[in-house]
This record gives sequence, structure tokens and C-alpha cells, in this order.
Amino acid sequence: MNTEKNEKPLKKVCIICAKGTIEDVYATLVMANGAVMEGIEAKVFFTFFGLDAITKKQMNKLHTATVGNPAMRMPGGLPFPSLLGALPGVEAGVSAMMRSQMEKLDIPPVDEFLEMITAGGGEIYACKLAMDMFKLELKDLWEGCSGVLTIGDFYAKCGGENTQIIFT
Amino acid sequence: MAEKIMAGVTVQVNDEGYLEDPSQWTKEIAMEIANDLNIALTDKHFEVLDFLRAKYKAGTTLTIRMVGNSGIVDIKELYKLFPAGPLKFSSKIAGIPKPTSCV
Repeated sequence: MNTEKNEKPLKKVCIICAKGTIEDVYATLVMANGAVMEGIEAKVFFTFFGLDAITKKQMNKLHTATVGNPAMRMPGGLPFPSLLGALPGVEAGVSAMMRSQMEKLDIPPVDEFLEMITAGGGEIYACKLAMDMFKLELKDLWEGCSGVLTIGDFYAKCGGENTQIIFT
Repeated sequence: MAEKIMAGVTVQVNDEGYLEDPSQWTKEIAMEIANDLNIALTDKHFEVLDFLRAKYKAGTTLTIRMVGNSGIVDIKELYKLFPAGPLKFSSKIAGIPKPTSCV
């Protein structure tokens, strides 16, 4: 147990989210919220499709992929045929089901989750390049967003000892 | 598990200092645990503690969201009351086990 004593606690996590599926976004949000709840500073950078998580129009309507997702199974564990996943409405139905399962565990919708993170001092940033690419403006983003940054600006916020960058 | 004297009473605590038996909890013990965490308890703190203890007794898995929806404090205020540990420090002071939830 000596090694344990030599470890210095984590002080800051910088999380980069580049994907917009329910699971990628929630993994990011759970990690960020978990950090601030432990007194660890958290900064999150949303880029590419991850921007959906902080875009007002999309944030509470995220989907999970029902095609090309080998971990996708029917309730009860039976295989989920890819062709079924391709039918209209199936992805929306599966995604709604995932959201309701999370709600049962008291995991909030994306906007409320972001509010919980910022209430604890966490900071949320959008990627400038991805904003330009998707023709998004500041007014399209969730109001609690701390700013639009280049990756260089974000790295500048990731200094200090015992800081980790996590890419989801 | 270890024995510890808190507020003049012998109580059982785990490795992390959480009370083993929530029924041994008193307000005086709460103040002593809070003192170790550099938190000075106010009436508002006790309202949160009572809420957590009631929810724990009911067998509910505690989350900060639940406290935020309790009408006692919002989440921002909860962080102000229990800095750097809105759920784990409040649970510790409330004399209930360390929360197992990630939210």
C-alpha cells in the first residue's frame, strides 16, 4: 500500500468530446460532473459532432446508433439485427428508451446536466473550428457555455500539475 | 471499522470516517465531523442533512440532483454549503454511508 501513499490526487480534468451520440455525450457529462463533485476542476471542450450536446436545437434530442453498433442488443439480451436498426423510427425509439432508463437513475437531460456541472464550477467550451464548419453562432449554443475557443486556447487552460486530458 | 470518540460518545466509523451506524448520529457528532472538514454548520446545512437522512432511511439512492430538486437549496447553493464534496461531505456529516451514485 506504499504506492498509494505516493500518489497525488487529481486536480483537474480537461475532457474533449467529439461525438454526438447519447453515450459519448453522457460519458463526457458523467465524468465532468463526477469530477466537480469530488472537488476536481473540470473543463469540457465540445467539438465536431460533440457540439450537438451544447446546441440548443439538438442537445435534448441526442440519438444512439442502432446501425453499426455491435453492442446494441434487444431488451433481454437477444441480438439486434442491423437491418432492424435501419428501419424508420427505430433509432428514435431506442434513443427515447435509453433516455427514459437514465431518467430512472436520476440522470438528467443534457441541458440540466450541464447546469449541474457549471453550478459546481465546471466550464463548458465550444470549438471554434467546428462552429465555423457547422455554420453555428454563439446564439445557437446553450447559454451556460463559457466561450468559443481554438484548441490552442483550450490547451492553455489545461496547465497545472495533476491535470489530465481525456478524449471521449 | 474503528471506534472513535465523537462529541463524547463512542461511535463506529469506517476507514474513511463515515459512521457505520446512522442511528448513532447526533447534531453534536455532525458538528464535529463538519469541523474536521472545515465546514461551520448553519440551519441550512441541517435542513440538507435532515433531507439526506430521511431519503437514506427510505432506501433511496442519493444524488445531488435530488437535493437540488428538494426545494431546500439549488445545486449551486449545495456546492457553497459543502465545497468540493456536495454529496460525499454532506453524507459524511449526515452520518449516512458514502454515496454510491455518480450523479
